[in-house]
Amino acid sequence: MIIGKVLGNLHSTIHHPFYGNRKILLVERIEPDGTPLPGYVVAIDQAGAGPGETVLVLDEGNGARQVLEDKDGPVRSVIVGIVDEIATA
Amino acid sequence: MLLGKVIGTVVATQIYEGLEGVPMLWVQPLTKEGREKGAPIVCADGTRMAGPGELIYYEGGREAALLLEPWFVPVDHAIVGIVDGVDVPDWKGGPE
Repeated sequence: MIIGKVLGNLHSTIHHPFYGNRKILLVERIEPDGTPLPGYVVAIDQAGAGPGETVLVLDEGNGARQVLEDKDGPVRSVIVGIVDEIATA
Repeated sequence: MLLGKVIGTVVATQIYEGLEGVPMLWVQPLTKEGREKGAPIVCADGTRMAGPGELIYYEGGREAALLLEPWFVPVDHAIVGIVDGVDVPDWKGGPE
């Protein structure tokens, strides 16, 4: 999984049926201390995340299909948690 | 998924079976701010409605193959959807 910060929402009316009435968020990758990294993902929100929040993103197809309960779902990135704190050794 | 901008179409009449009739679009990958980065790629258009100039989001790998109907034709990138709007403070990538 990866750690990211939600930058905001994407609005889309024309898309694959699987993505109907799902919240789609733009998530930038960050260091544990919050420093932004160049990478990002566009992910389905399954944790009720909003802009500015630090989130846990599951970024692998099989796990994503399991989370979204659809063995044929064309999905890879899913926000599965909202991070309160990251304590690094 | 990642963001891209459709910058053209690719026509290939001689193509691997299963891919006939699948629209192939020329897509410029974008950064999280909407700037162009990296070399353009060819995406199969799962929506069949995206056109040049449009902002799209695409997926790669197995998920790209799952996006097409019938799925599991050999594609490595496919368009998931067309972006109507981006609610992100320092976004510079349109749509115009």
